[in-house]
Amino acid sequence: MKTSMTRKQWLLSGIVAFTCLASTAAMSGPIENYSPVTAQRLENPEPSNWMLYRRTYDGHGYSPLDQINTSNVKNLTPVWTFATGVVEGHQAPPIVNNGAMFVTTPMGQVIALNAKTGDEYWRYKRQLPDDLFQLHPTNRGVGLWEDKLFLATTDDHVVALEAKTGKVVWDTKVQDYRKGQYMTLMPLIVDGKVIVGGSGGEFGVRGYIAAFDAKDGKELWRTYTIPGEGEPGHDTWQGDDWKNGGGSAWMTGNYDKETRTIYWGVGNAAPWPGETHPGDNLYTASVLALDPDTGKIKAYHQYHQNDSWDWDEVEAPMLIDLQRNGRTIKSLVHPGRDAIFWVLERTPTKINYVAGWPFVFTDVWKGIDETGKPIVDPAHKPVIGKRVEFCPSLWGGKDWPSAAYSQRTGLVYVPANENFCGGFTGEKVPLKPGELWLGTKPEDIGLKTKPGADHFGELQAWDPSTGKKVWQHNFPKSQLFGSVTATAGDLVFVGGTNDRNFRAFHAKTGELLWEQKTNSGIVGMPVSYEIDGTQYIAIQSGWGVDAQRIQDALVTNNIGIEANVPQGGVVWVFALKK
Amino acid sequence: MHAWPKDPNTSVVRSASRLNEILIIRLDPAELDEKTRARAVDGIIAYSAICSHAGCPVTAWVKSDVGDKEVFKCMCHNSEYDPRSGAQVVFGPAPRRLAALPLALADGSLSVAGNFMGKVGGAQPG
Repeated sequence: MKTSMTRKQWLLSGIVAFTCLASTAAMSGPIENYSPVTAQRLENPEPSNWMLYRRTYDGHGYSPLDQINTSNVKNLTPVWTFATGVVEGHQAPPIVNNGAMFVTTPMGQVIALNAKTGDEYWRYKRQLPDDLFQLHPTNRGVGLWEDKLFLATTDDHVVALEAKTGKVVWDTKVQDYRKGQYMTLMPLIVDGKVIVGGSGGEFGVRGYIAAFDAKDGKELWRTYTIPGEGEPGHDTWQGDDWKNGGGSAWMTGNYDKETRTIYWGVGNAAPWPGETHPGDNLYTASVLALDPDTGKIKAYHQYHQNDSWDWDEVEAPMLIDLQRNGRTIKSLVHPGRDAIFWVLERTPTKINYVAGWPFVFTDVWKGIDETGKPIVDPAHKPVIGKRVEFCPSLWGGKDWPSAAYSQRTGLVYVPANENFCGGFTGEKVPLKPGELWLGTKPEDIGLKTKPGADHFGELQAWDPSTGKKVWQHNFPKSQLFGSVTATAGDLVFVGGTNDRNFRAFHAKTGELLWEQKTNSGIVGMPVSYEIDGTQYIAIQSGWGVDAQRIQDALVTNNIGIEANVPQGGVVWVFALKK
Repeated sequence: MHAWPKDPNTSVVRSASRLNEILIIRLDPAELDEKTRARAVDGIIAYSAICSHAGCPVTAWVKSDVGDKEVFKCMCHNSEYDPRSGAQVVFGPAPRRLAALPLALADGSLSVAGNFMGKVGGAQPG
């Protein structure tokens, strides 16, 4: 029998159909049953979670999960993806706390997702000022404490969000973005303190590390990375150079919970040519050991003196117990931007030099003296009024992307770049607050590839106990510009190449075991987590910032590489095919 | 050349916001496309100095990475703009051209003839 539908019936059925659709669509809303984050959980994180920048305070970038391993990684497959709707460099690790995932994007956005299904709970969009300009439009993640998240922004604020809803709890201005002061790092959380460091080494800032009370955003302490008048180390500067000497601190520190010491990397001296700021320039290009309660400097090690190459040493060293020459060393391991693989010893009052060796070609250092100071070749140190070439390039042997350490293999995995050199002509330029202050013409900065180079990016595996390289994987047509993560499945995950691939390597042999082409290039950090007995691997794919700058330089060097690595962020989550 | 606008009535230089900074260049009028020539004075043209990508200042006048001509370049992320054809993007991540500022001669001196054509400032995400 034919039926005819009245207009009212049609409307009603339409409502029913809409209701059905809505019930199957992703539900946004507050996170229910959010697990508060405590000191104990951060100090001994559950294997299933990734709540700190490198998962653990020691900075290893290592997951103890092993469901995905060398024998089955070939079955790794995407289980969900999520487009962020934002372009530029997506450098943040997806942070996971008992099923809730938080990703940050460039332009100060935070997205809360169901880590199992990919459904969105909420999104925070920072309203950035119209007159803000971003030399590094990126962000590296949110810190967690109790029921809050903490975001450091490019307009130089620290913002606390309610984890369940994304609502702003407090918003503290740190410094003035109009003067080139900004932040891109994931805050380090220690015992209810939100600890951040400022960017701006290319704008003549005086770097600092500062702590804020997680409860209300009140500043608890601020330690400048360049000593002021009367402070130890001030005499390594001349005149007023220290006031604008750089030393930005734009990466998350690591933390020794036994001695309650933070280890924080410090960036380049400003402006770039060392001739414009004579002296050793403490504490630029250094690691600082700080008391998290007061910010007091306990110890330091300066990787290289009178920095002249823009070689920020901002990636915090990994805290590794090393067996070396028959004794256990509480070490700090740092594959440096200055091309030296550093092994140091941390004691409660001092950082001692243990060993150092070049992990990529460098013509800048003639050697390292017994105290750990590299001996510079003046022919490759930039000066005023003359073009000077040096290897590696401004981006160094390894830039900020993190190395990883596997507790199973005892190896350190380094995202290195080889066959790149750089150069510029130094010049004296007056500082104008808020404007680039490099000590050279920006258009004069060069990245050159070595003639006949058969590759650029290198994933290297080093034994830090012996100083021996165990394996290396070369990337013939790409830089390697992404953080590395190791797992107990004897896998090493990394993106970082201009072919958009995400890869898994055998941690012991370097064999390439799996790869997946993604939407964009990956400059972010892989993480691993577990929900309901399933291990997941997550990564943000979203090319930009310095990976693209190197890409532009590769194109200019005419080596048959396309400039166009597509941009746009997507969160990818993988698990084993069932 | 980098410049700031000045109010002809009050002589106030509008330099409080960096969004007011402009680029002025003189080129051979024959090189300019029709629309660009229409807002130029004897080959002199003006654009916003704010890159449409991440809002950095466009500071360089250099040979393009992808051609033989000299272009405006933002050194933050290498976006390049050709001032001869309305500052259209010729290289880099910038999503749109620089905002143009029409010029005219008023009482024998170079003056601003109207509002910016196009949006001043960097891109905001969706």
